[in-house]
Amino acid sequence: MEKPFAITLDPGSSLANHTGSWRTSRPVYIDRLPPCNKQCPAGEDIQGWLFHAESGDYESAWRHLTRDNPFPAIMGRVCYHSCEGVCNRGQIDAPVGINSVERFLGDEALKLGWKLTPPSSESGKNVLVVGAGPSGMSAAYHLRRLGHSVTVFEAGPMLGGMMRFGIPKYRLPRDVLEAEMQRVVDLGVKVNLNTKVDNILNTMQDGKFDAAFLAVGAHIGKRARIPAGDAAKIVDAISLLRSMEGEEKPMLGRRVVVYGGGNTAIDVARTAKRMGAEPLIVYRRTRDKMPAHDFEMEEAIQEGIMVKWLSTITQAEESSLTIEKMALDDKGFPQPTGEFETIEADSLVLALGQDVDLGLLDGVPGLEVTDGVVKVAPNMMTGHPGIFAGGDMVPAERNVTVGIGHGKQAARHIDAWLRGEEHVPAPQHEVANFEKLNPWYYADAPKTVRPMLDIIRRQSTFDEVQGGLDESTALFEARRCLSCGNCFECDNCYGVCPDNAVIKLGPGKRFEFNYDYCKGCGMCVAECPCGAIKMEAEEI
Amino acid sequence: MSFQPVHFYQTGTFTVGNRLLEPSERSVQANIQRTNSLNSGHRACQGCGEALGARYAIDAAMNAARGRLIAANATGCLEVFSTPYPETSWQIPWIHSLFGNTAAVATGIAAAIKVKKHKGEMGDVRVVAQGGDGGTTDIGFGCLSGMFERNDDVLYICYDNGGYMNTGVQRSSATPPAARTATTMPVGPEPGNQFGQGKFVPAIAMAHEIPYVATATVADLRDLEYKVTKAMGIRGARYIHILVPCPLGWGAASEDTILLARLAKETGIFPVFEAENGEVTGTLKIRRKQPVEAYLQRQKRYAHLFGKKPAVETIARLQAAADKNIRKYGLLDQEAN
Repeated sequence: MEKPFAITLDPGSSLANHTGSWRTSRPVYIDRLPPCNKQCPAGEDIQGWLFHAESGDYESAWRHLTRDNPFPAIMGRVCYHSCEGVCNRGQIDAPVGINSVERFLGDEALKLGWKLTPPSSESGKNVLVVGAGPSGMSAAYHLRRLGHSVTVFEAGPMLGGMMRFGIPKYRLPRDVLEAEMQRVVDLGVKVNLNTKVDNILNTMQDGKFDAAFLAVGAHIGKRARIPAGDAAKIVDAISLLRSMEGEEKPMLGRRVVVYGGGNTAIDVARTAKRMGAEPLIVYRRTRDKMPAHDFEMEEAIQEGIMVKWLSTITQAEESSLTIEKMALDDKGFPQPTGEFETIEADSLVLALGQDVDLGLLDGVPGLEVTDGVVKVAPNMMTGHPGIFAGGDMVPAERNVTVGIGHGKQAARHIDAWLRGEEHVPAPQHEVANFEKLNPWYYADAPKTVRPMLDIIRRQSTFDEVQGGLDESTALFEARRCLSCGNCFECDNCYGVCPDNAVIKLGPGKRFEFNYDYCKGCGMCVAECPCGAIKMEAEEI
Repeated sequence: MSFQPVHFYQTGTFTVGNRLLEPSERSVQANIQRTNSLNSGHRACQGCGEALGARYAIDAAMNAARGRLIAANATGCLEVFSTPYPETSWQIPWIHSLFGNTAAVATGIAAAIKVKKHKGEMGDVRVVAQGGDGGTTDIGFGCLSGMFERNDDVLYICYDNGGYMNTGVQRSSATPPAARTATTMPVGPEPGNQFGQGKFVPAIAMAHEIPYVATATVADLRDLEYKVTKAMGIRGARYIHILVPCPLGWGAASEDTILLARLAKETGIFPVFEAENGEVTGTLKIRRKQPVEAYLQRQKRYAHLFGKKPAVETIARLQAAADKNIRKYGLLDQEAN
């Protein structure tokens, strides 16, 4: 086009003016690690599955969740959900009810019969899993999905391990447990029940297994030396809870004393209460020192369970116990006071912790056992090549979620090991802590909804009594997620850029910066609600 | 003045978009096909509030007018940074007027359209006039008042950054009290703008009893779009006054532009309301009330208030002015009841 004198550009465009050259630092899109995900012992991508649940796509949410944990209906009932303790929303109003949404998804899957995704190809490798508890079944699931042939040997008559023999029904209904176990079996996992492994090396050789994952749990109740008369009825907590699963319920009498301060002690007391007994917990220290979770203690107290603090049992007779009062010393340890009292008791249940039966490992070279548990490397492998271990039998916190996490980690390492490789976990992103967010953009809960929210909270802690969330409350709860550190396509960056330097790529595709025009003002970073953009200095 | 029912989603309606909302309920700015009336390549400073406010407002007006819109633009930052001849960032029919006569130019365009429509030579085209606070509250004020009193069919949008910023930050009649500019007392203990001077043009526009007057900020996009859309649905003289922070003139960090606009509203320093025929009909409530210091301390134009010996009395006067706005416009929920 012929242009007038001194005119070099067509009218109507400033696009030749690349204002990006002004920039000294540039915004970049990043994914930060949400605190919940960092906290989860099972390694769930919580923010990731909540993202799908928010749009009401529960099946995608469930599929995303079960990439890491195949048991959401169980988790939604028995997990101690430490994720909620670190939830950033807690600093705005109250944490997202992650656990209750997880349960909703798990129940929805059972109701609608969603199936786990079968492996796309077979590896031809044969892996043995010993123990059908949370850790073993988690490993079996992950190994199977990676295409390996998996056989589970379980000493007991049913699947579930501690989830069945350690967790009372009022916390985990058995139909839920069975359905989630069966779903793993349906993937083609072979199960041999009532099959105790006496010698792991022989079993591996006989069955031509290429690797083994051991997760036999800790089933032997610890005993304490209490002088007892012949007629005194003393049982250990784990045997008691296990016998609850049989046809004949244990006879405990009316006055049941539970000795211990852990979660198992409370489970036993609450179980006894449900059997019509009057349980009394005896614990040698104080409430703030007890290892049980406080919410469980609170629920037990609400159910009318009595506790004798600062007491040890020194003598057991047929219908009475002798108790010595204790006092905490300067260091917080209980010391005897020499003051005694007698209380009536028909039976005494010892809930003093559990030991691992390591008999199957006798004669295996290279193993290291410390404090009754098997030492494993960061890749979950024991000192013996090809034998991996996890769950309660390795040094770690003992709960279902940790066990499930071990199963997943071990499966990935076993898979790599079978290929002669090493599984290197992806490096963790930096954490999206509260300071990285712009909380202005998160809506307050409307007042009309508040009371309902409180009900949801109560439901999630009284699951066995109150039941789960319905669809609308689960959706509400999911939508409270702040999506910390991960873009949820709110369009803020696209909107607030004064230079149109953000390109919107369309639903599900997020955004891109147009560095030809981005002047580096940083407004998109400041106004990103979830901290998914950061400024980086330009190399000049 | 609810612009839409609150959806209790991840972020409610505070963000620009929301993937959980129906497309029809999302903001104009969230649309992948928005007009981008003021396109990339303009020469505004980093973090310019006016460039942002202008795109927000004109995109919304274009949306409401279905793309049939002409804009007249006063001299000022907006014109200088967007249109150094022959380049322009404007993606709409746009005319540059003198500093002081934009309202009159827009009136002329509206009159011409009326005649052409009458003759059947063209369909309906809407007219917007826009300028900064200098071109609106000082230099163009006579033309503006005339446009109001004749009730000409023009939407006038003022982008208020509180001074003549592109010529080196001189005082205008919209410069707030105590703010330092190049032409307020350059030396001495009190370099800020004097109290008791200047004017608040939205109130003067209301006094003309024109059909619609509103204030807005770049921090509340949904509110801003609601007001522009509403104004475009009305015939006659309309006036929208948008607070647009200026990182250069205010001595603020470029990433703080929206934060400062938000703080101006949350402190009560800048009342956000709408009025019809001279009567206030709605206010955007303060969500999390803040003391004025939260707003002042982030700007170097107020740095003289926070020296070794803070100007406690001056700050108290600014707080009193904010409190007066809160009372006058009912900016807090309990005061409205």
